[in-house]
Amino acid sequence: MERAIPAREKVSPYILEVVDGLKENRLAVVGLAIVVSLVLMAILAPFIVPHDPIELHLDLRLLSPSWQYPLGTDDLGRCILSRLIYGTRVSLQVGVMVVGITAISGSLLGLTAGYLGGIIDEIIMRIVDVLLAFPGLILALVIAGLLGPGLFNVMLALSVVGWTRYARVVRGCVLSAKERGFVEAARAIGSSNFYIMFRHVLPEALSPVIVMSTLGMGWTILSAAALSFLGLGAQPPMPEWGSMLNSGRAFLRVAPHLITFPGLAIMVTVLAFNFLGDGLRDALDPRQKKRVEI
Amino acid sequence: MGEKLIEVKNLKKYFSSGIFRKSYVKAVDGVSFEIRKGETFALVGESGCGKSTVGRCTLRLVEPTSGEVYFKGIDILGLNRELRDLRRKMQIIFQDADGSLNPRMRILELLVEPLRVHGLLNGRGMAEALRLLELVNLTPDLLGRYPHELSGGQRQRVGIARAITLNPEFIVADEPAASLDLSVQAQMLDLMKRLQGEFGMGYLFISHNVNIVRLMAERIAVMYLGKFVEVGDTRKIFNGAAHPYTQALLSAVPTTDPSARQNRIVLEGEIPSPINPPSGCRFHPRCPEAKAVCSEVEPALQDTGSGHLVACHFAS
Repeated sequence: MERAIPAREKVSPYILEVVDGLKENRLAVVGLAIVVSLVLMAILAPFIVPHDPIELHLDLRLLSPSWQYPLGTDDLGRCILSRLIYGTRVSLQVGVMVVGITAISGSLLGLTAGYLGGIIDEIIMRIVDVLLAFPGLILALVIAGLLGPGLFNVMLALSVVGWTRYARVVRGCVLSAKERGFVEAARAIGSSNFYIMFRHVLPEALSPVIVMSTLGMGWTILSAAALSFLGLGAQPPMPEWGSMLNSGRAFLRVAPHLITFPGLAIMVTVLAFNFLGDGLRDALDPRQKKRVEI
Repeated sequence: MGEKLIEVKNLKKYFSSGIFRKSYVKAVDGVSFEIRKGETFALVGESGCGKSTVGRCTLRLVEPTSGEVYFKGIDILGLNRELRDLRRKMQIIFQDADGSLNPRMRILELLVEPLRVHGLLNGRGMAEALRLLELVNLTPDLLGRYPHELSGGQRQRVGIARAITLNPEFIVADEPAASLDLSVQAQMLDLMKRLQGEFGMGYLFISHNVNIVRLMAERIAVMYLGKFVEVGDTRKIFNGAAHPYTQALLSAVPTTDPSARQNRIVLEGEIPSPINPPSGCRFHPRCPEAKAVCSEVEPALQDTGSGHLVACHFAS
């Protein structure tokens, strides 16, 4: 005797609330639109680029934007637009990988620390304190420098630096969720700690982690570009926005478009993620909503 | 009288606070009682006297500082992994039904969660959920809803249904009706009585409401500042309370008889802090019959005849 559940009720009210909240925020919608088009661009790159991003044309060096080369060519005669489109792949890949690793490992460590408490909590959180004592990008620079140049090493460095904030926030959420009545109720029916941690406690920390992941995408892409600009990340001829900035730097006076467009690409992408993250935070924060109701 | 279901001996729970100078809140300070099969044993007392802590310690949801708790002769404070299995037999109905149901879970998931946790689901979740709903008089259309879409009475019924899902033999009912209005309260208590008649479980019934306790319980313990001051059969206590605190508590019950109202005993002052309980008898600063000895010697809980225990120097 299974009763039909109306379609709208099948979707968790949580997701509906988020979508409703997000729709009201125009900047967030713009951010979401840009992010979606960036993702599409990265996936469809081979089909939409006008030219090969790596092939050299030494006779076509430093061309200004034209119909054939919409954003001009660089010092080796490569189409800048094509390189930017392929650069989206690199940046999003780095962003997704690093944010995925840091959000998951940081959340799990924060969950463990907050739920178990005691000596384990102390150890994890003191490590977090030590890592947070250094400015993030400087520490990543040191680690990437020690590991040597390469995109993988940059991702590793950013991951080592990035998980701490997730651990802190999740631990805080866990500490407050632990005192909730339904956690005690779950213990009363004989649930295992593992079950309580993942079924009842972790979902309480989900909203801040989603917001931080979105904002973290912007931060990661910017940091990866910065490290690549310094020559630690992507190696030529890989089209990467940061290294494009670096190689275009020498031609600032004669061909400013070489650094204008990669710079704009970084800026727009980071802004889009930040807008989306801010919008998500407003949509997910129950306190914010109460203020509107009053 | 049936067999012994729960036996609690000299239970103590101190909550410590402060880092440099530890101070202890003596929430429960040496409490002993027994509950038999099919019996309702009630704890009555003011807010903050430690009633709920006794209930939680009995189920080991809160770790007691010292004392012994036996469930059918098994020392539950000595158990580790086995405790999770034993929890099937001992359940709790929470006062705050709202907070004890996870707002992200549907009623169906909430009802079958106890079975799932113990691996007893075996595909009969829906049938089981419908059986439970019928037992607590709820309609099946609630299964797809979330707790916040239910009324307070419905939520409390879901809480009760969750407690009986695993066919427990013992249930702690921690003010199960306190947050509900009178008519719903009555329904809830009827429901609990009916379920007890059907399944024969023992209740530890915690309440501050003397009238409810009189209705529900066969035996009563009156608590004051973490200690029992009087324990006995409900009828005996209501007919002849021996401890001054019990007398005051009972005289405070609203009555429809105007001539009885004049005999009300009004206690002076507030309930003292459990961090520094008064010396001697804990009740002596507020006791209308206090003598010099009361502030010096702590009275023991003594049998005044046929299982009626009183902790007062002047109880007769």
